[in-house]
Amino acid sequence: MTAAVRTSRVSKSYGAFVALKDVDLSVEPGERRAIIGPNGAGKSTLFSIIAGQKPPTSGSIFIDGADMTGARPDQLWARGLSRTFQRNQLFQNLTVWENVELACAAHHRGLFKSVSRDALDDEIGGVLERVNLLGSHDVRVANMAYGEQRQLELALALAGRPRILLLDEPTAGMSPAETQAMLRMMIALPREITILIVEHDMDVVFSLADRVMVLNLGEVLADGTVREIQGNRNVSEVYMGKAL
Amino acid sequence: MTVADVIVQRRSKPFVALRLWSVLALMIAAFAAAPFLGMPQFVQALVIEILVFSLLALSLNVLLGYTGLVSFGHAAFFGIAGYAIGIIAIHISTDILVTFPLAVLVAALCAVPIGWLSIRLSGFYFLMITFAFAQMVFVAAFRWKPVTGGSDGMIVPGATLFGAPILGSRESFYFFVLAVFTVCAALLYAIVVSRFGRTLVGIRESTPRMRALGYNVRRYKLAAFVVGATFGGVAGVLNSLFNLFIAPESAHWTQSALVLVMVLIGGAGYFVGPIIGATIVLLLQHWLSSYTEYWGLVLGILFIVLITGAREGIAGLVMQGWNHLRGKGP
Amino acid sequence: MLDFLIAQTLNGLVYSMLLFLLALGLSLTFGMLRVINLAHGAFYLMGAYFGLTAWNLTHSFWAAIIVATVGAAIVGMLLERSWLQRFYVRNELDQVILTFGFALVFADIMKMLWGKDIHSIPVPPLLSGAVHIAGTYFPAYRLILVGVGVALFVATWLAIERTRTGALIRASVADRVMVSGLGFNIRLLFTYVFGFGTAIAGLAGVLGAPITGIYPGLDFEVLITTLIVVVVGGLGNISGAFWAALLIGLAETYGKALYPAAASFIIFGLMAAVLLIRAWGRDEEDVE
Repeated sequence: MTAAVRTSRVSKSYGAFVALKDVDLSVEPGERRAIIGPNGAGKSTLFSIIAGQKPPTSGSIFIDGADMTGARPDQLWARGLSRTFQRNQLFQNLTVWENVELACAAHHRGLFKSVSRDALDDEIGGVLERVNLLGSHDVRVANMAYGEQRQLELALALAGRPRILLLDEPTAGMSPAETQAMLRMMIALPREITILIVEHDMDVVFSLADRVMVLNLGEVLADGTVREIQGNRNVSEVYMGKAL
Repeated sequence: MTVADVIVQRRSKPFVALRLWSVLALMIAAFAAAPFLGMPQFVQALVIEILVFSLLALSLNVLLGYTGLVSFGHAAFFGIAGYAIGIIAIHISTDILVTFPLAVLVAALCAVPIGWLSIRLSGFYFLMITFAFAQMVFVAAFRWKPVTGGSDGMIVPGATLFGAPILGSRESFYFFVLAVFTVCAALLYAIVVSRFGRTLVGIRESTPRMRALGYNVRRYKLAAFVVGATFGGVAGVLNSLFNLFIAPESAHWTQSALVLVMVLIGGAGYFVGPIIGATIVLLLQHWLSSYTEYWGLVLGILFIVLITGAREGIAGLVMQGWNHLRGKGP
Repeated sequence: MLDFLIAQTLNGLVYSMLLFLLALGLSLTFGMLRVINLAHGAFYLMGAYFGLTAWNLTHSFWAAIIVATVGAAIVGMLLERSWLQRFYVRNELDQVILTFGFALVFADIMKMLWGKDIHSIPVPPLLSGAVHIAGTYFPAYRLILVGVGVALFVATWLAIERTRTGALIRASVADRVMVSGLGFNIRLLFTYVFGFGTAIAGLAGVLGAPITGIYPGLDFEVLITTLIVVVVGGLGNISGAFWAALLIGLAETYGKALYPAAASFIIFGLMAAVLLIRAWGRDEEDVE
């Protein structure tokens, strides 16, 4: 089976500093894969390379077998790849509804493609329902609580009906209660969506992911099922005393 | 609450823009009637000037207010179209059906390469590169004497229609400008509320998100740039036809700065903001310049106060006050 | 022809050094405070006027230099403390508008205080002679100016690269949060850096006065060229500013002498080209 997301010997260096070195990653369709590692391990760099935000210094990225190295985010999106941001990227001065409308309108673009008002409204409402934001549809994003903004962040990524979803620290900065709510939402996502998640919270990682890849100092330290990673000595050492 | 409830609720909301448009329509009707009620010629001239600069400011607002691109060279297209209509009128034809569209087309065509290059930069660097291009236009106008008349400026021949001179009287030109302004403002409004316009707002609010949502942001930015330049070009054409003269100063950076000021004072991102801004700046300029030579001081203080106290301009203040009243009221 | 070339080169170098002094403050302010100060040109003119008044009172060029530098520093620090400081968290457009507002206000206040006439400060007698080098006479004052520019470049570079305060400045350019976390009084440091920048601009104003003259509008003229220098050199990059000042200063001087019609066209084109080359091929999110 062709991997949904595959990186082949991806490296990234900034001058003399090597942020990533020969990283091979392969995520099967429908798989939920987490990337973990201590600060500075290169998780974010790998994530932004896969998301098309920056090109790798060397190596290639394949989406469904097609070479997408150096492709722009909008080109990756056209391949069914969607993402959330670690720091919210929302349309702050628009309402929740208008935010999702912009996201849903994205796949109804083109001169000869048009969608009826009713269909679009139903679609927007459906997305909001899935992330429990229907009640706040008319609230300006800037006036929303942080936890709700994170939910909207997820909503915008889902609006594109992605086949592959990249989640960049979805629970960053959330309270334990908000984290639990977000986790439930992520677990409830359709299984056919391939998920690649970078996350600090180990509870979230181990409850959501099928497989986990551990990065340390820009290199792959371990790659395996949740159970394998939990029992891996090297990984515990890297996390120095942190119980996994 | 179900999805259907929310949709019903959203659709039953009153259409606020309708109220705004009925006010604007009334104002335009009043201005159209004014000459018949004895509006003096010099007031007509002032109104013409305000309408021309309102249109220029409206066109910049597509970039500044809606797309979030701070262009410091918008006067370039005002100047390009202003010169183009003069050059066309001298060398090809003075027929307004030729000169007007052709001059606007020239401005739009110039905006394609300039915009294509400029939108590769963002923030302060975008500001500097649009500034650089505009100054290059200014220098060309200033130095290319055989074509532009250099620093002396250029006399623009009066317009004709099928061989007969038109728009010769102040009054006829007043109606002409009012009509062109109304049509252009309506077109611009249709653009900013369209799906295209909302996409521009998305780019202003979060460019990375728009890219991640599959929008080709550069293409949209370029389109916004060309739209802005086109309507800026219309303003330039009106300006040349009104003064029957064009000088390099029309493309100078101080002119770009002045339009920027108008948009910011009125309220960037609000549709009527630039009109309010242009009106206030021009009225202040006319009124104050007969009392003081320190016009810059007034403008500077206005800037400082505005940016410190009211970032969203006068339209923003009005909206805040309005919402406040409604929130407190019965 | 050779004489002409040498004379133009010297003129270009003098102009470059004045530009560098201006760019130094602007670039440093941006690198550290992330503020684009469009009132920077006003400090050049302010320095020149302060110097003019001091010279009129004392007939001492040295007094003029001191008054100009200190005066510009004080006004700069007052501006930073009273107004700019609040704007560090705001976006760059807000800062640009605020400082542009101050540029307009300063311009008119100076017009009120010193009038609209063109003034000048004479070269001090000690430096008014000419130096004979390799068969050509050079005005001593201009040679000194070039020396001052180079010396200030070296001194600032050393101060930033080699001293403790310099390390702090470099660190805060790189990461402001980190430095304030270390407990340094970063606010005060910002004020001093801003004051240093305006002081050097004031110094450039008084030193340049015998050459450029002093007149309303000069502030915006030098501001524009300085902005070009700073952009070409890279915002926040001191040695970049130095080389860019040389490039722009010489290009404009030769351009004016050889092909006056295109001189300013060349420098604007140069800036646009540098900006585009730097941005080309990079993703737009990487370009600040």
